[in-house]
Amino acid sequence: MALEEGTGRGRYELLSGAYSAACGAMLSRAQVVAAYPITPQSTVVERLSEYIAQGELDAKFIPVESEHSALAVLASASAGGVRTFTATARQGLALMHEVLHWAGRGRCPIVMAVVSASLGPPPDIGMEQDDAPAQRDTGWMQFYCQSNQEILDSIIQAYRIAELVSMPVMVCFDGFIMSHTYEPVFVPDREVVDGFLPPRQTKFKIDPENPLRFFASPGAVAGAGYLSKLRRRVQDALEVAKEVVGQINEEFYQHFGRRYDVIECYRAEDAEVILVAMTSVASMAHDVIDELREAGKKAGLVRVRMFRPFPKQEIVAALQNASKVVVIDRNISYGRSGILALELRAAMYSAPKKPPIFGFIGGVAGLSITPGRIREAIEYTFDHREPDDEIIWLGIPPWEE
Amino acid sequence: MEKLRTLKQFGIEVPEAEYAPPGHTACAGCPGAAMMRQMLKLLGPKVVLTNPASCSGYFARAVEVPLCRCLFEVAAASGTGIRAALDVTGDRETIVLVWAGDGGTADIGIQALSAAAERNEDFIYACYDNEGYMMTGMQRSSYTPARAWPTTTPLPQPKKERKKDIVGIMAAHRIPYVATATIAYPEDLIRKVLKAKTMRGTRFFNLLAPCPTGWRFPPSLSVKLARMAVEGRVFPLLEVEDGLRWTVQEPQGRISVGDYIKMQGRFGHLREADIEAIENSVHEEWELLLAKASRVCEL
Repeated sequence: MALEEGTGRGRYELLSGAYSAACGAMLSRAQVVAAYPITPQSTVVERLSEYIAQGELDAKFIPVESEHSALAVLASASAGGVRTFTATARQGLALMHEVLHWAGRGRCPIVMAVVSASLGPPPDIGMEQDDAPAQRDTGWMQFYCQSNQEILDSIIQAYRIAELVSMPVMVCFDGFIMSHTYEPVFVPDREVVDGFLPPRQTKFKIDPENPLRFFASPGAVAGAGYLSKLRRRVQDALEVAKEVVGQINEEFYQHFGRRYDVIECYRAEDAEVILVAMTSVASMAHDVIDELREAGKKAGLVRVRMFRPFPKQEIVAALQNASKVVVIDRNISYGRSGILALELRAAMYSAPKKPPIFGFIGGVAGLSITPGRIREAIEYTFDHREPDDEIIWLGIPPWEE
Repeated sequence: MEKLRTLKQFGIEVPEAEYAPPGHTACAGCPGAAMMRQMLKLLGPKVVLTNPASCSGYFARAVEVPLCRCLFEVAAASGTGIRAALDVTGDRETIVLVWAGDGGTADIGIQALSAAAERNEDFIYACYDNEGYMMTGMQRSSYTPARAWPTTTPLPQPKKERKKDIVGIMAAHRIPYVATATIAYPEDLIRKVLKAKTMRGTRFFNLLAPCPTGWRFPPSLSVKLARMAVEGRVFPLLEVEDGLRWTVQEPQGRISVGDYIKMQGRFGHLREADIEAIENSVHEEWELLLAKASRVCEL
């Protein structure tokens, strides 16, 4: 991001993705932070505990014994009406799975940074992006960032959105490639953030003066009629969230001079082949698109920033004029395909025009995705009328005995 | 002014206020419901209850204090979160009461509980000990005593292992207060709860709750069973302060362990030799306990 794009009061700092996440939580004045260390997330919570120890952030830090407890602490603290933050990665997110559902259906506006990397076995810390996408059914909103600036900004935005719709939000980015890479990040002054993000207001909270029940059935026995309507309300909340995200993005732009749309298109309007990608693959792809354009190939990029709720309308509109679509997934929904490819195929089924979707899987288990690999996938798509199979393996040959 | 009722014979005053009204859906004769009622009276009105999956949900749902239900294994984490929210908003007065079953405490919940105790989280944790998974139909828990036949260790292979020593485990965390109590000795329960109320940090109660449904005895005998458990030294009443100072309370009456065992259907298959073995084991545990005690007093 160009330096002159920072507006308002603040200053540039050289921050890693992990420190950008911690800084975002500090500027958002999180009140309760509970976390458990896991590579490559550890520096997020180290930095937060420093902020708290040094008095820069007036919050309670709870060094729990597991990610499962971290989120359980926050779910109940969130019912207590306070602003909460945690960060995790990989197995930590998988361990949280049960509590993710609890916090999602329980409508807790928790914000969590997710630093993606491999799930075992073996215990490994290479890049892979199956941890966060695999949690897509838990009710959490999910944003995937492509720069450290976006990580910081997204966490501030996430609190506004989460607290308006009473739903939790994950702010996701890549392990090491982003979490441990330093970039200049414009850090706004606290007063500017305070002007955008007031303290949390909530109608309902744990309060002895007004005894209410949280995460509880209305009567002694759960009524399926009542509870099923609550399930539907969760879906409704995420539908409302789609609009809220747009409004908050505009408001954010007014305050900070930066904006992030739910999908971001780059040279996509007249593109014959459009690459759909997330996080650092999308950020690297910009240069690849430029190279291909210079070589006379009409390529474009659609970056998916918001994955839940899924921006179906925007994606369908963005892909309508493409003759072919190429997706790169750094994950595998085993027995099916890449997760983003699956989502795109579902979204495009009801679209007026249905360009063939080339679903590549690469960059898993620590394998790099280089600009060369991205170019390979796009050129393959130019050269083929239809994909040979639902999965095209990008730099991953079959197993040989 | 709070209205107080005096239990004259014990010289203890109990608030008249009720936070656990009648109309809950616990089983007939459930001592858990009665002990929760008593605890809330003593800790209220500024008290928040958190409660994981357990049959206590059947009575916890009826309380008239804030209730925060939580996942099975996170009772202590939930208590931690509520305490944190109260603390950061400046409320140091409200008491957090965590109420869980023995499975939620010593099995699936022990990781979160041990961690919270190690951090000395500021809450009162009450485990109502009915020696098994009674919500799901009396399956084996680590609290189930040896030779009983919960449904997952059915006859002819009843449970072989002894009941988990949760008091020893919690005391080893050196938390300010660990105590046992039971429905048959309300004056003792009241005294201990009031004592815990004056403290900060993790305070742990193990509350014996003889379960008519799971242990197979008539609901009218719950209190009697609780008294027999104490008088048979199966369930010693005690206090541990800072994990170091153990006070063991000697019951005035004494009964044989066999009398207690024979009241319960879950031990119905036992022969005299088995009962004798249980008696020996109870005696052994009692001696071990006395060796730890810095004080032994009359109950």
